[in-house]
Amino acid sequence: MKRYVATRSATMFGVLMITLLITIALVGSNMDTILKQGIVFQVRAEITEDPGIAESFSSVEEFEAFVQSQIDQRVESLGLDEPWHSPQRIGVTMYKILLLDFGHATFLTSDSGSSDVKEIIFEKLPRTILLFTTATIVISVIGIFLGALAGSKVGSTIDKITSSFAVISSSFPVWWIGMLMIFVFSFMHQIFPARATPDIPSSEPGYLLALLYHMALPLITIVMIGFGSWAYLVRNFMVGIMQEDFILAKKTIGIRQKKIIYAHALKNAAPPIVTILALSLSGSLGGAIITEAVFDWPGMGRLYFEAITVMDLPVIIGATYILTVFFLISIFVADLLYGYFDPRVRTGQ
Amino acid sequence: MSSTNPQEIKQEFIKSKIGMVGVSILITLVSISLIAVAVIPVETFQEWNNPGKWISYPKAAVPAWVNYLQTEKIPEHQILDSPVISDSVQEEIIQTSHQFSVNYQYDDFPNDFIYEFTSTYENSPLIQMSVLRPDGVVLELVSSSLPYSENATVHQERIFSADEMIKKNLFLQSDFYGFSVQGLSSEDIIFSQIEQNAPLKGRYVFQINAISIGSEIELTESELIIGGKAFGVMGTDELRRDLAVGLLWGTPLALFIGLVVAIASVIMGLLYGVYAGFKGKKTDEVMMRFNDVIYALPALPFLIILSVTISNSIFLMVGFLMIFGWVGIAKVSRSMSLQIKTRGYVDAASMMGQKNSKIILKHILPQLLPYAFASIAISVPAAITTEAGLSFLGLGDPSFPTWGQILHDANTFGAAARGLWWWIIPPGVMIAITGLAFVFIGNALDAIVNPKLRR
Repeated sequence: MKRYVATRSATMFGVLMITLLITIALVGSNMDTILKQGIVFQVRAEITEDPGIAESFSSVEEFEAFVQSQIDQRVESLGLDEPWHSPQRIGVTMYKILLLDFGHATFLTSDSGSSDVKEIIFEKLPRTILLFTTATIVISVIGIFLGALAGSKVGSTIDKITSSFAVISSSFPVWWIGMLMIFVFSFMHQIFPARATPDIPSSEPGYLLALLYHMALPLITIVMIGFGSWAYLVRNFMVGIMQEDFILAKKTIGIRQKKIIYAHALKNAAPPIVTILALSLSGSLGGAIITEAVFDWPGMGRLYFEAITVMDLPVIIGATYILTVFFLISIFVADLLYGYFDPRVRTGQ
Repeated sequence: MSSTNPQEIKQEFIKSKIGMVGVSILITLVSISLIAVAVIPVETFQEWNNPGKWISYPKAAVPAWVNYLQTEKIPEHQILDSPVISDSVQEEIIQTSHQFSVNYQYDDFPNDFIYEFTSTYENSPLIQMSVLRPDGVVLELVSSSLPYSENATVHQERIFSADEMIKKNLFLQSDFYGFSVQGLSSEDIIFSQIEQNAPLKGRYVFQINAISIGSEIELTESELIIGGKAFGVMGTDELRRDLAVGLLWGTPLALFIGLVVAIASVIMGLLYGVYAGFKGKKTDEVMMRFNDVIYALPALPFLIILSVTISNSIFLMVGFLMIFGWVGIAKVSRSMSLQIKTRGYVDAASMMGQKNSKIILKHILPQLLPYAFASIAISVPAAITTEAGLSFLGLGDPSFPTWGQILHDANTFGAAARGLWWWIIPPGVMIAITGLAFVFIGNALDAIVNPKLRR
């Protein structure tokens, strides 16, 4: 088991590094241009602020040369004179990112006005976790009970409805259902707000309540689209288990059907279900980008979307890193759980 | 893998109700694509994002068929481009008249009206515009001269209903109205009843006279647009684009994206997995580690970064989607080929000295084909929804109107909160129907290929 954990963690760390490398490689050259422009802008601004500097030069050329040397000096001190793909700079960048030092955002700020990418991300992250963890929990509870019910009565009406609902609901994009929900519940019947961002500042006491009220519509949408496929999965596991000998034996001794389903069969279906739970949590984080964009939910997904719209590279890199970390952690947990429940996986046979 | 015989699979598939539903939806979609390619010229969809192309269409108009469902008739947008032309010559005076007749049967005033024309003339001819109302009243709207030109010239002009001259002319002739026309727009006056300001139903005749003295005058591309709030089969969006065009052209694009991505990634995964499983040992180990790495990459953030930094061309997007599509199939086909490898006939073939490539192609791959077809069908919806999602975020290829892009525009203009349902529902329904067709086919195939699921 120890060896299994070790190899899995090594792979995961490798993946994390590769992800980082690819991200840096993709945005690196753009990032350099933007940083250099920022320096030029900063130097010029400082010089215009102090009229004494400009007066001390006799000709325009001399003045320009001075400005240029100032810019070069700063570019050098930040290490920007080397191209972004030099091993040294990639090393430094990756080391900084590993320590969650993402630098400062170019355009975006947190609600409290800070432009530190770390602060922005850690302000948005809890909201995404709040929405999607709640949704996943609700989905899995509904899914497990409905699935168990359908799985124990194969071919019944409830089984047919569950199965067809699963197939149909999985073909609809969540964000489109989100638009429809906004249309129905914000436009036709004004029950829920169309934008999920609360309109009071986060420092006020009623903020949490407002946030929960604004969370209702996205939550309902995610649950509506999600629970069908969950129920279908659980149903398929249950169908397999209900035909095992030990269940049949329990039936013959006369144990109540309900008790068999929920106490014995479900317990045996637990391992794959727990594994999938871990995976679906991470999957929902990826989907958060689009879902949050539709509902305007002030979380990581919307931050990511906004960062892309204005090409705020430090935020993009930071958010990708955090999303990847979450994704990898949940895959890792799922892997470990699977290995724990199914010893064959550990030994690699 | 009970029935790998293609004949048997075909027979079982025809028996499966759900599979046949999927196939018939697919056939419908393919015919829609063919209709789109045949009926709508390629130039139209390439100009999807060119506002000039759509200028004579109405803004955010509901589909015209809505009028059949309600008693209050919404004015339909009408583009009249075939006027009744009559020319007359009286000595020096040459006159050409264009008549547009509109049967107005709606319960609301039109949004506006625009007269658009191109004229070839010399000197400075006179343009007159008047309207004959259903109650016999004639209103003079415009009387102005075209800019003077010594030589023959071509002049293009649009006369809008909001023109100050029309307003002034109407105000001078408004004595017979039973209400004050002060502050009303021209179309609200022209199309109004006399006693009260409500629409007057009936036939209106707009007449345009171009009068020139001593020289030829010609009106071409003469077009009268009565701006309404309802248009076409699917309505229009905020940017005046005809949604029917976008929806029709979206069909072949979605099928193209879905099928190409699905087929290519299944083939890639199949070859990769089979090769790894067949070779075994170190090769297998290395190949599967690489597979793990791709599997652990978060797909959507990566697709977003790729489309932002490299290119959002639809063809490259298809390639990006493939990168993430083949991984799962490779895993399954590897374990399947591990099983098949141990069978006697594969051993026999390799003992007889057949080449590895031949064994894979002749003995292992054919066994996996039914599974491959099922996976192609199942991966299509994922590819379509992912592309739609990326387009929805505004990262799609702007030169092709996909369903995701239509929804992106709808979201940008707040269509949901403004109640523009015809802009939101059809594209999503199309995405879902296309996805469902392949899910149905895939499920039916899967049930045949994996008898375990058949219950």
